[in-house]
Amino acid sequence: MKGVRAVFRKEFRSYLQSSMGYIYLVVFLVLANWLFLRGFFIVNQLSFRSFFLLMPWLFLLFIPAITMRIWAEERKLGTIEILFTLPLKESQVLIGKFLASLAFLGISLLLTLPLPITGAFLGSPDVGQIVGGYLGALFLGAAYISIGTFASSLTDSQIVAFILGAIICFALFLVGENFVLVTLPPSIASVFRYLGLGSHFDSIARGVIDSRDVIYYLSVIWFFLYLSLRVVEDKR
Amino acid sequence: MIEVNDLVKTYGQVRALDGVSFSIRKGEIIGFLGPNGAGKTTTMRIITGYLRPDGGNAVVAGYDVASYPIEVKRRIGYLPEDNPLYMDMQVREYLEFIGEARGLEGSELKESMDRVSEIAGISGVLKRPVGELSRGYRQRVGLAQALLHDPDILILDEPTSGLDPSQIVEIRGLIKELGREKTVVVSTHILPEVSATSSRVIIINKGRIVAEGTIEELERKAEKGETLYAVFRDGRADLERELSSLDFVEDFQLVSVDGDEFKFAIKPRGDEDIREKLFDFAVEHNFKLLEIWRERATLEEVFLQLTTEE
Repeated sequence: MKGVRAVFRKEFRSYLQSSMGYIYLVVFLVLANWLFLRGFFIVNQLSFRSFFLLMPWLFLLFIPAITMRIWAEERKLGTIEILFTLPLKESQVLIGKFLASLAFLGISLLLTLPLPITGAFLGSPDVGQIVGGYLGALFLGAAYISIGTFASSLTDSQIVAFILGAIICFALFLVGENFVLVTLPPSIASVFRYLGLGSHFDSIARGVIDSRDVIYYLSVIWFFLYLSLRVVEDKR
Repeated sequence: MIEVNDLVKTYGQVRALDGVSFSIRKGEIIGFLGPNGAGKTTTMRIITGYLRPDGGNAVVAGYDVASYPIEVKRRIGYLPEDNPLYMDMQVREYLEFIGEARGLEGSELKESMDRVSEIAGISGVLKRPVGELSRGYRQRVGLAQALLHDPDILILDEPTSGLDPSQIVEIRGLIKELGREKTVVVSTHILPEVSATSSRVIIINKGRIVAEGTIEELERKAEKGETLYAVFRDGRADLERELSSLDFVEDFQLVSVDGDEFKFAIKPRGDEDIREKLFDFAVEHNFKLLEIWRERATLEEVFLQLTTEE
């Protein structure tokens, strides 16, 4: 646990210390607010549904950007050798890194809170939907983070890691979307629907927390984190 | 303290280590010597648990590295090749991270940081980002990192590469100092480094150990061994006849003639010091012995001999 904490602190600090971290935050917040508010006054209805439906798309750029450095940078700098000659298990290092990215994501989500809070002053939004939306965003984000971490383990170039991460996230998000599903025979379509990142997000974001969705996200997270660990070990 | 048995490591088609075995006792300072690409770094990475060998094993402080990597890593302080560092971290933050990862906390961590900052001479730069430091200072930070948990074993991979001469002298002094209490393995391809710091040398070439021993042993072992030079005046013919009849001379050769002075290179039989005998011989036969001196193969020659032989 102490090992995880040490890695977590180092990683988390590096997000807040580099100017990149702040740039990501600002871009994320500006985009999220602007895209939401653009439609807000047109619809003339107090619903945050459209706000949360933006998240999968925003995350597609934002999360690979925060995860691209996770392994690629260590490898490029050679510090991976320091990291893996410390008396830590590989899994401790990985979990520390994952949690730090998750915490950074959590902060960026917290910083979008002024929107629903303002909404609460203006009218009476559906609180259950908002809570569900944030929860869904956190699960979806965590899944993206694990995919991004995996992408970062494949290369020592951060740019490649970013693009790779975005592509895998996009692909996994897309396979569950309706416009893909309608082209498939029904038997395969149901499998794809389950595999897609998006459909599970939709149901949580609607405020329905189903254990199947939670299990799905946890499996995706575990799967890609495990894969990245294998890759990191093999690549030494 | 460190035992390495029959290590084999292959990268693709290239066999980096081909049956490397050696053992290092507690308290030794070992110079791990070899040309670039000989397998020094690979060997060190296996000992520190960073790499897994394809064959053979390493045992550190009684723990098999493959089975008990954490125990081994606790006992080793390691400065990897090229001293990798997190450039955007402050020195203090970096040491804090290393300390925390090594299980140091609170006042213990603070004391350890003070201690290594003192030893490595980085107390003045603790608040600076690593990326802004000069190469010499970065190297000290790397050393401080390796010393933080006060390990019994120090493994330093080319600790002086890229430093200027005065920095090199400094780091060597530091290594020697540390070697009083710790078992130290220093890899290098620079020879003076070894003579300056090590008590014993292991020479590796093309993935194999080609020689080991103290510097003296190695110098003596070299093919050339010890050669005696002697300068005589006059009586060349008699001298050559008499020299060839001596039982303590294996071989001799006239090296140069300078007027009536003759310089001979004499190879003694065995390891014996024959200077005195040669003097007595000259007195007995009335030869005019002007000069006499010994020359040994230098470590450099030994090294070249061992690493260029096919």
